[in-house]
Formats: sequence, C-alpha cells, structure tokens
Amino acid sequence: MHRKPFANPRRITRRTFTAGVAAAAVAAPAIVRAAGGPLKVGVILPRSGFEAGIGQDCQRGVDITPPILKSLGLPELTIMNGDTESNVNTAREHAEKLVSDGAQLLIGAFDSGQTTAVAQVAEQKGIPLVINVGSDPQITEQGYKFVVRNFPTVPMLLHDEFAEQMEVFSIAGVTPKTAVFLHVNDLFGTGMAKGIHGMKPPYTIVEEISYDPGARDLSVEVTKAKAANAEIMLVVGRLNDAMLLTREMVKQRWTPNAILSWGPGWYENQYTKTLGKLSDGPISLVPWYDPNKKLTKTLQDAFAKKFPDLNMNTNHVYTFEALLIAADAYKRAGSSDPKALAAALHATHITDNVSIGPGIMFDAKGQNIGLKCGAVQNRGGKQVTVAPKEAANAKLEWPMKSYQNRT
Amino acid sequence: MSLAVYLNVVVAGVLTGLVYGLMALGLSVIFGVVRIVNFAHGEMMSIAMYIAVVLFAAFHLDPLVMLVPIAAVMFVFGYVLQAGLINPFITRPEHSQFLLVVALALIIVNTLLIIFGPDAQTIQTSYAYDSFQLGPVIVDASKAYAAAAAIVVTVALFAFFRFTLFGKAIRACADNYTGALVIGLDVKRLYALTFGIGAACVGAAGTMMSLITDVTPMLGPAYTLLAFVIVITGGLGSMAGALIGGVLIGLTEAIAGLLFTPSAKTMFSFAILVLVLLLRPQGILGKRTA
Repeated sequence: MHRKPFANPRRITRRTFTAGVAAAAVAAPAIVRAAGGPLKVGVILPRSGFEAGIGQDCQRGVDITPPILKSLGLPELTIMNGDTESNVNTAREHAEKLVSDGAQLLIGAFDSGQTTAVAQVAEQKGIPLVINVGSDPQITEQGYKFVVRNFPTVPMLLHDEFAEQMEVFSIAGVTPKTAVFLHVNDLFGTGMAKGIHGMKPPYTIVEEISYDPGARDLSVEVTKAKAANAEIMLVVGRLNDAMLLTREMVKQRWTPNAILSWGPGWYENQYTKTLGKLSDGPISLVPWYDPNKKLTKTLQDAFAKKFPDLNMNTNHVYTFEALLIAADAYKRAGSSDPKALAAALHATHITDNVSIGPGIMFDAKGQNIGLKCGAVQNRGGKQVTVAPKEAANAKLEWPMKSYQNRT
Repeated sequence: MSLAVYLNVVVAGVLTGLVYGLMALGLSVIFGVVRIVNFAHGEMMSIAMYIAVVLFAAFHLDPLVMLVPIAAVMFVFGYVLQAGLINPFITRPEHSQFLLVVALALIIVNTLLIIFGPDAQTIQTSYAYDSFQLGPVIVDASKAYAAAAAIVVTVALFAFFRFTLFGKAIRACADNYTGALVIGLDVKRLYALTFGIGAACVGAAGTMMSLITDVTPMLGPAYTLLAFVIVITGGLGSMAGALIGGVLIGLTEAIAGLLFTPSAKTMFSFAILVLVLLLRPQGILGKRTA
C-alpha cells in the first residue's frame, strides 16, 4: 500500500501552528516572559502563625511603597502575596508556588530559617530574591547568584550594636559597672548571648537569665533580675516578653538605670500602644532608619498618612527598601529576565535611601555591608534616635525615669 | 539570695498555680462526667478572654464584674455545643470524639484569628499594675484577685455537686451511666448541663486570665496542654485535684526558675507529671479505676 507524503488529515496547518504557539506561550514556564509592564514581585512573609504580627507589620511597608516608587520615577511592581505560616517547610512550598504563578522576583521572609528555605528555592529556580529581614550569616555565604540581602548579619549586628552601646555610654557620661542579662533561649537569643559575651563588655554581667520565648509569666525572672541589684538590664527578646517583663518590673517596683535591648520587641508599635507611658525609656540597639535622610521623611509621611496610629519601624523600612531595590534593579535591567535582574541587583548603588549607613550596595556575596545600627529610645510613645551622632534626632535620657514616678 | 526573694517567688508560684487550677477545673469537670477529653479546652478559654477584651474595649466593663455574665455566656455555649454537636458522638469510638474536638479547636483558633487578627489584645484596668507590699513580699494584685476567684469558683462548684439535686444527678451519671438511665435520669440533658458547667468554669478562668496575660488567638493550644498536665497531675475528674495540681505546677515552675534556670521551668512541670504517672497513675486525688 502506498501513502502519499503529508496526506495525514491531522497535518499541521498555519492555523493550528498559530494556535499551538499561543497554547505553548500560556503553558510555558513562568520564567520565560516578555519584558515590559510591571515586575511581578512575590512578597513572602510570615502572615499567619506565631510570627504573624511581624509579618503583617512588614506588609505595612509594602502597602505604602507604590506611590513612593512612582514619585521616584521607578517602574511599577505587581505584588503577589505569599505566606510562610511561620514555618520553614511552608515557606519553601509557597516560594515555589509564587514562582510557578509567575513571580519574577521574590522578597522576604523576615525569619532566618524561612528565608534560608526561600533562598534555596530562588537559587534552584533562578529567580532573584531580595532579603528584607533575616540575619543568619550563612544565607549569603552559600555562593548564591540570585540572592541579595539588605539587612545586617548576626556578626554585623553584634559588632554595630556593641559600638552603639559604647556610644550611648559615652553620651550618658556613665559606664555601668554591673548588668543583669535576660534573653530568650531560642536560636536568636542564645546566639546573641554568645556574641555579647564574646565582645568583652565594659560591665560585669552579674546574672544571666534565659527564658522560654513562649513564656506566659516572667515574674520569677524579674524577681531574680531585681535581686541581682545590677545598674542596667540587657535584654534579647521579642514583643511578648518585652511586655511581660515591663509589667513585672512595674509590679515588682524595680527600674534599672537603663534597659538596653539588643533585638526587637521594645520599639514595636504594640509595645508602646499597650504600655503607654510605661513604654518610655528603654533603648533598642537595632537596624533603624536615619531620620535625617530625605527619603525617610517621604516614607514617614506616607506611613503616617496610611497608619496614623502607628510608628514607623525596622520592619517597614527594610521591607520598603527591598521593594525599592527591586524596582531600581528592574529599571536598570530593562527586562524581567532573571539573569539580567540578578546582575542589576548586584550592581545596585542607591544612596538616596532610608536606613542608617552610606546606602544600598552589595558585595560579591550579595550582602550590604554598609548598613549601620542605631540606638533608639522610646519617648512619649514614639522612638527617637540617640546614636550614632550622624543620625541622631534627640538627646539621650539617662537614667530611665522610675516606673513608680510616672503619672 | 535573701529569704525575701524566696518568699516572693513562692507567693507568685502559689497565686499563678491557683489561676492554673481554675483554668484546669473545667476540663476536669467535663471529663469526670461526660468522659470526653476536651482538646478544645484552651481554645474555649480564649473565646472567654476575647469576650472580656471586647466588653472592656467597648464599654469599659471590668473583667472582675463580668466574671459571672461571661461564665453564663460560656455555659450556654457549652450546653449548645454538647447538645448539638458532641452528644451524637458519645457512643462513637474515642478517635472520632478526639477528631471532633481537635477540629473544633482548629476552627476556634482560626475564627479568632480572622476576627481579631494575630496582634495581642490587652485589658488595662486601673489596677493592672498594682501590687500589695506585705513586709518584704510584693503581691501582684491581678493575680491575687484571680487566685481568690479560683478558690470561690472551686468551692461553689464543690457545693453544687455535693448539695444540689442536679449536682447529685450529674454525679450519678458519672458513677454509673447505665444505672442513671435505668432510674430515669435524662442523661443526655445532664451531659449537656455538665459540659455547660465546665464551659462556665472555662469562661470564669478566661475572664480572670485576661487580667494577667495578653490575649492572642494562638494562646489556646498552649493552655490546653497546660490544663492537661495539671488535671493529670491532680487527678482527672477531681475538682480539688485540679486546684492542687495547678498549685503544684505553678510552685514547681517558680522554684525551678529561681533555683535552676527559668528556661527549664516547663521541663520541671513535665517531670512532676512523669513522676505522678509513675508513682500514682490516677493522679494525686484521682480515683483508681479497675
């Protein structure tokens, strides 16, 4: 039997070819996309679970960003929301989903463990990741090509916070001789505790008290701390324990000369909102914004307009800057091609920014090594920067006003 | 360390323990009669805490004043829950009951999360930061009020079960389910009443707890676990046992925190649980079953 070539009735016509191409374009991997139009940015944060409060705080930084980017002449971003559910495995799954749904760049993820998982996905899929908050040094030590971080690593934090602490003592004209040290017993707390001991502080730590981050009651801890009779209190904790400790100090009628926090909690909105006048006094040594920078004022105005009852903090600033970095890189890359975007990210040089330090630029590992911490004191329900000198906008109040004399 | 430090820690431990006991009381009552292990216990308590928070935020109603009304609301909630949802499961296998209450717990946590969000809510009463100075001992006023309420509720509950007809009927159901049916008791209704009473205890505990802790939707599971540790230590089904278990756990945690390290407090409370299970499996005041 003889068959004519191309006699198959299901032969490819021009029409079926066009339809096939169209279908292939729809089904093609999300990475292959034409340039132009808004950049699709997957913002992955712990929006639920035990870190939900912080994740949702970071989201506030996202909410105020679009008009500012527009006013800076930067391209538009389409935000795609992802939730880590405060869980490392879920962070990985949701990062993968964001990429398969078309995200061209990822931002996240606040928690170091979750950020590590998202970074692995970003590197495997070849999609750039801008880390907003996350301080585990290992993330930028893996030789990743698609990951940059605009947040200090733990060694950077320790070094800089120590320097800010010394500057605070210098401004106060007092170097305390004794301190009591309270810290959470999780990875962050114990890591910071080791680092603080390693720094050889100028005071003697007369009592070190570690406690569970999920503690419901810290009365014993405060009784112990009070009995140590130290001049100052050092603390590494989070929001929940910051509130519990303050309440207990008030009830147990104890006010140290200063509370120096080497971490989050004490500057957060819920802390000041809940405790009112009792929230005044503690000094947080944290990555912060430079209140004297031009863009800070723009961001503060936008924040105050959108969230009039809240104070701007680290979470908002670094999430905003992550989006700023993404938009700036997209503009310079002129394409959403992942390799072009990654190259543009590594070449970032933004001096008109918000955080303390010379600006945003990354080293070969993708780490911004120019970031500096600030010493921030709670005053009148708000935060003022007391150090470093170049970013200060208020004078230090030392010693802390007694909790018993606040009316 | 001075004697004053030890005294302060012991007093704080006892007060915290009494509040823990009040919290665990409802669990013990429900299990003692209905034989349902309520894995939604802490979550139900967080509902009561949120009711207290909302009433305080909206009308400035002090939780101490709202203790009875909130307990009444939770009684209705418990009654309806048992009559409408749990009663059909009474004769089903235990794993079905387990799944039902775990599902209920998940629903409560996530509903609270949707309605109130993840941020902690606080009740700032005029006495929130008060403390009494008794010589070298400083007593937290809120904890003292909560501890007093725990004792009053336990005594009232004891009197109800001991001296009222309803209480005696409920005890009859607990002692002998078939016998109670034979003498004509409406067991299902009594079960619903008991669940309601347990829920009312949870409501009272949640209202008092709202004075001493911040309220978040995620509190529930942690308190469920704590309540189990307490009632197993004190004796599942024993009201006085719940209170004693609470004090024992509260005191153990406080002293362990002082003498060792506060981060190991929970380890010591679980160690007490293991010891009790080894030496007296029915709990301190529990009845040995055949």
